[in-house]
Amino acid sequence: MIELDNVAYSYGGAELFSALNLQLVPGSFHFLTGPSGAGKTTLLKLCYGELIATCGQVRLFGQDARNLDRDGVAETRRRVGVMHQDCQFLDHLSVAENIALPLTVSGQTTHASDLTDLLGWVGLTRQVEQLPPQLSGGERQRAALARAVIMSPEVILADEPTGNVDWEMSQRLLTLLVELNKMGKTVLIATHDISLIRAAKAQVSARVLRLQDRRLQLAGADL
Amino acid sequence: MKAFFTRVFELLAGDAQADRAVPPTGYTARLTLLTSGAMAFLAVFALALSLATGRLADRWASELAQTSTLRISAPQGQMDAQTLAVLEVLRTTPGVADARALDEDEQRALLAPWFGPDLPVETLPIPQLIEVIADGDGYDTAGLRARLAAEVPGAVLDDHTRWREPLVEAASRLRLLGFVSIVLIAGATGAMITLAANAALAANAQLIRVMRLVGARDIYIARAFVRRFTLRALLGAAIGTLIGTLAVLLLPSADAAGGFLTGLGFQGWHWLWPLTIPILAALVAFVATRQAALRTLQEQS
Repeated sequence: MIELDNVAYSYGGAELFSALNLQLVPGSFHFLTGPSGAGKTTLLKLCYGELIATCGQVRLFGQDARNLDRDGVAETRRRVGVMHQDCQFLDHLSVAENIALPLTVSGQTTHASDLTDLLGWVGLTRQVEQLPPQLSGGERQRAALARAVIMSPEVILADEPTGNVDWEMSQRLLTLLVELNKMGKTVLIATHDISLIRAAKAQVSARVLRLQDRRLQLAGADL
Repeated sequence: MKAFFTRVFELLAGDAQADRAVPPTGYTARLTLLTSGAMAFLAVFALALSLATGRLADRWASELAQTSTLRISAPQGQMDAQTLAVLEVLRTTPGVADARALDEDEQRALLAPWFGPDLPVETLPIPQLIEVIADGDGYDTAGLRARLAAEVPGAVLDDHTRWREPLVEAASRLRLLGFVSIVLIAGATGAMITLAANAALAANAQLIRVMRLVGARDIYIARAFVRRFTLRALLGAAIGTLIGTLAVLLLPSADAAGGFLTGLGFQGWHWLWPLTIPILAALVAFVATRQAALRTLQEQS
């Protein structure tokens, strides 16, 4: 589905990581952890075509990311739901319009019943007409999750989804992501929240990857 | 062709959801409206100038090419005899359709701009003028001059060539200047709209980032901007054209005393020409915004 083969990425002449291998198979659940600045967000960006690897090969749904044209990247992003820590909403659009944005830009019709179901699933039924700045941190993250999954993507990438929310809300978001994984979605969560990873391991079979010292290692025993 | 009109219709009809996604920016909207309006207003005058000078050049070229003047200088007692002799020469010259001696009133009218309306031309030793009108093929100027030199030495033929050519050339140059002005106006409009589009795109950098994140293609994002700028340019140019056309309509009408300036305007079906200005402005805006949007999107990735 998403494969990184001997990938390196340099920024401003400095190598962020190298010789990195990763394979996200359908239905898998991964955590990506590591210290701040290790390159977790960069690695996620490589996984949805936002960045191109300096060396090595990134294959997105069987295609070399380097060979994708701009329309190809757009098509790939419709198959990958991305949750950012800062959510990245359009503040002049309502919550419902923001969540439906992936459907809008791909020319698909937004069915009201589907949207209502989705809003109910993430617990935002009452906030549907509000603007993003009116939402709390947890509500914003749930709205971002709803937007990430509205196209029914095969892969969900979440970058520090619990970074700005309390423990209770972290658990709620984790439950939603685990539910998605049980529905067959591939999930990769970048986080430095060890307690979240521990809580997840009780609910789902997750692989934990640590990005440290420019290398990606399998972690787990120390968690 | 059908596909082209379908695309134009789609552009005009727009996508309500895409339009909502891209918020209008007041500054660039006003700039585009004002620029296209002002440029369209100027374009109307450039067009009117070009068409009027075109008409003038054509008229001068055709009228002056058909007519020439014969001037007879002779002592007072011989004037009538020489005039008759010249008219007889002209009557038998192939290519001369008509020839007639100007009467005193006509000669007085010709001199009136310099000496006033009450000039007693009958008491002054002024030459007799004869208007010669050539037929379609014209006459042999050199041959006529030779005959006149032999038969009426006091007659001088002026076929207007000396001052007709610079006048026609000046009018033609003015027509060209009018067209060049329209091209420059279109170029300046395109440049201004490109600047406005770039400002709008820069102001919406975050929006573009989010739209690309959720899978929007470049053309989808560009179309939202292109449609908005094209319609603004169309509206602004329509207003500018309307005001410009009204201004041309209210110019003093051409009359006998009027010169070149009073003839500035449109005649007959030429009144339809200003309708092309808003369409041209919209076309310029479409191309300028599309290029600017696609270039910016390429640079932002």
